[in-house]
Amino acid sequence: MKIGIIVFPGSNCDRDALYAVERAGAEAIELWHADADLKSVDAVVVPGGFSYGDYLRPGAIARFSKVMGPLEAFAKEGGPVLGICNGLQVLTEAHLLPGALLRNTHMRFVCTRVRTRVEIRGTPWSSLFTVGEEITLPVAHNEGNYFADERTLQELEYEGRVVLRYLDNPNGSLNDIAGICNEERNVVGLMPHPERVSDPILGSDAGLKVFESVLSFAVATL
Amino acid sequence: MKVRILVRPKSGILDPQGEAVRRALPALGFGGVSSVHVGRLVEMEVESAGEVEGMCRRLLANPTIEEYEWEVIS
Repeated sequence: MKIGIIVFPGSNCDRDALYAVERAGAEAIELWHADADLKSVDAVVVPGGFSYGDYLRPGAIARFSKVMGPLEAFAKEGGPVLGICNGLQVLTEAHLLPGALLRNTHMRFVCTRVRTRVEIRGTPWSSLFTVGEEITLPVAHNEGNYFADERTLQELEYEGRVVLRYLDNPNGSLNDIAGICNEERNVVGLMPHPERVSDPILGSDAGLKVFESVLSFAVATL
Repeated sequence: MKVRILVRPKSGILDPQGEAVRRALPALGFGGVSSVHVGRLVEMEVESAGEVEGMCRRLLANPTIEEYEWEVIS
């Protein structure tokens, strides 16, 4: 299985994602933001960082880069896409996921580890977890405060599209939302960083299962 | 022509930046401020104003969380 990792100017978790993908047993392919080409990958990770310096709004400029056209088509055809942190911000700006990420309520950049709970396993990126499983993941963001209007929020809850929820909400996000998916469940966005905990040498490998999930999901659906 | 665009958080949406400023003002001795909203000002030189609305909607503001208004200033 080939998993592509998009590299924007200002991405800073692309190498971590690459490492996690390879550790999970997939082939990692870097995808340059200025190439309208997904190089025939089977899944795509939109990594964290500060694409285009977060100018205007996080993800607002990255959302119009060349690689996004093919990515949107890939997502609409059901291809598995995972946005992490800034990647989630890019996916909401691109309307591949609903809502938006506001400034943290306490107005500070938060860099810590938080306890979270996996809410659903019916996505390519959470298929190996059990529902209710608690995992501790790193967060590092200034705009992680998930917001959606009341109707969207109700839809997400009613349709079981909250993938991950904070047990220690670090940013004020509505309903303690740490991760969501689209209606078709192939596009997932997480504010925490599973790729930063993909090896015991980093203190934990609790996040590796996110990447192993997509491999197992691909095998199951072939 | 020159166009001025004002983008700000939609009313009712949490504005932590405005709230931080509101709390800072009394500390400097400025009283009687009950609400503060911090937005963004964009000024640009354009050939015609025909596409400004589209620019606002697609890039300059995120309609999920922000509202905008614009005017031709010269």
